[in-house]
Amino acid sequence: MKRLTPYLLALPSWMWLAVFLVVPMAAMASVSLQTGNAIDGFAMTFSFSNYADALGRYSTQLVRSLWYGGLATVAMLVIGYPVAYWIAFKGGSRKSVYLFMLLLPFFVSFVLRTISWGFLLADDGVLFGTLKGWGLLPADFHVLATTVAVVGGLTYNFLPFMILPIYVALERVDPRVVEAAYDLYASRTAAFRRVVLPLSLPGVFAGVLMTFVPATADPVNAQVLGGTGNTMIGNIIQTEYLTNLNYPTASALSFTLMAVLLIGIFIYARALGTENVLEAAAR
Amino acid sequence: MAELNRAELNAIELDGVVKEYLSHGEVVQAVKGVTLDIAEGEFFSLLGPSGCGKTTTMRMIAGFEEPSRGVVRLHGADVTNVPPNKRDVNMVFQSYALFPHMNVWDNVAFGLKQRRTPQEEIRRRVGEMLEIVDLGGREKRRPREMSGGQQQRVALARALVNRPRALLLDEPLGALDLKLRQAMQIELKRIQREVGITFVYVTHDQSEALTMSDRIAVMNDGLVEQLGGPREIYEKPASAFVAGFIGTSNLLTGVAAGGVLELGGGRVLVPGRDGEVTVTVRPEKITISLDKPDGDVSVVPGTVGEVVYLGTYNSYAVRLGDGTEVTVFQQNAHDATTTAERGDPVWLSWPAQHSYAIGSRTTP
Repeated sequence: MKRLTPYLLALPSWMWLAVFLVVPMAAMASVSLQTGNAIDGFAMTFSFSNYADALGRYSTQLVRSLWYGGLATVAMLVIGYPVAYWIAFKGGSRKSVYLFMLLLPFFVSFVLRTISWGFLLADDGVLFGTLKGWGLLPADFHVLATTVAVVGGLTYNFLPFMILPIYVALERVDPRVVEAAYDLYASRTAAFRRVVLPLSLPGVFAGVLMTFVPATADPVNAQVLGGTGNTMIGNIIQTEYLTNLNYPTASALSFTLMAVLLIGIFIYARALGTENVLEAAAR
Repeated sequence: MAELNRAELNAIELDGVVKEYLSHGEVVQAVKGVTLDIAEGEFFSLLGPSGCGKTTTMRMIAGFEEPSRGVVRLHGADVTNVPPNKRDVNMVFQSYALFPHMNVWDNVAFGLKQRRTPQEEIRRRVGEMLEIVDLGGREKRRPREMSGGQQQRVALARALVNRPRALLLDEPLGALDLKLRQAMQIELKRIQREVGITFVYVTHDQSEALTMSDRIAVMNDGLVEQLGGPREIYEKPASAFVAGFIGTSNLLTGVAAGGVLELGGGRVLVPGRDGEVTVTVRPEKITISLDKPDGDVSVVPGTVGEVVYLGTYNSYAVRLGDGTEVTVFQQNAHDATTTAERGDPVWLSWPAQHSYAIGSRTTP
């Protein structure tokens, strides 16, 4: 009985996963291979051509999504790492206040936040309208409905998911280890590059994972902040599913996106040397 | 000529060093003015209870803390404001602070690489150093795959491989068990002789300091209470604090007249002392006997209280007439004659040279 206890304790979560993850995934996989229409119904025909069709029609948006997701992830890393570093090493007794401030925007709905960015970035809105009024910007300057707006929105919305894991990793770095590096003739730069950065890589790994995946699949930012030329794969899936009621194409696109992301993650993990990353994490 | 000069210079000099912190808006002095000269090649210990300022003092030598006042000199050069990476001293940290993401070899080679030492020399020196600390063949191990004792030796090798002018050790044996600690004490002393580098050793363990040091600075409350060799500090404690901190000690207080302190129906010899005086006597210097001993010795009567069997010796708690409790250690030799039991009236005696009158600097 004692030996079974851990398994029994894990049972609810296994069941949860089975019901809410495996079943829907299986259902969607099946839908992605069906043909038909919303009025007459769909039937399983093992139509793998759904994938080829979907990819053929929407490869532009898929590539754009990966590009935007990648750009936003890089921007988040560049902005987020210093923030995490500062909170972890210079935050002192106010660390939890800073972390709370980081999470504060989450108390407002994701969509609403993005819409208010839309107001902020509007051609004649608070920011640009004023600047144009002062003659600091040309009258035809605009950000809304451009790549910058969408990538900026993604960066803003997912930034905390980059900062938090990096913060956790940096927080765990023993200050004595950094002192040891200084003691062994390392300059500040060298101590960071040879000691702090490698020890924070598990956090960077997690942060990139937690931001790149949802940013790439996100439909809201492109819809609210982008124009017709900024449509991402998330928007297509949404339209195919909810407007066109073309379930097979939407499902096929979802699976394609998932496959691309998974492959990308494995390549990324391999490139970073997961073994090294995990080893540094498990100390 | 330069070589000759260097030998004459002290490895480390602290001159009126003070360290102040701001804590909750109040200025706290962790170190209240320490002046020390540590000679080249010396094994020097900073000994004291936690919070006495010994670690802060060491961190100022290493460069991790900047003194609020005073000067730190290494081989005559003022390094008070020089950052740690530009100082020719290395440190062994209490928790070792090994780089967890590097193997043993890379840990030890770190300092040499930072100094852009040629590859070939790095290979040779790291290899040699790992042999000295008996870690040959474990170059590829990660710190977390090693025992505490092994990690300790990696930390030592990582510092010593740079051939620093001085090695600073911050309670390096604190995390080891007793057997290993004793073995490492001998090992450390051997390595120090072998490499001939000045060692500055921070510890709160008095037996560790007595075993290894050439000289000891006993610190208390941010100040050096006494500076001297192990024997001097043990035999002639300068204050009640030192007497109490180093080993077990009995303190007898009273008013002396003509070199004799009358105490509870006995007399304690304090040659050349008059007036208020505090005397220390080590428990192992005292002889316990049932009959009153003759001769020119200090003699006081008392009653035996607790008797504790401690293997190599017995510990007696003897209460004197004036209420003072005196601890006496008596060896369990095969010819031990004394068999004092609880409640027995006994005589305590010791030669005059073993009662040492101390200053009252820290006596409240």
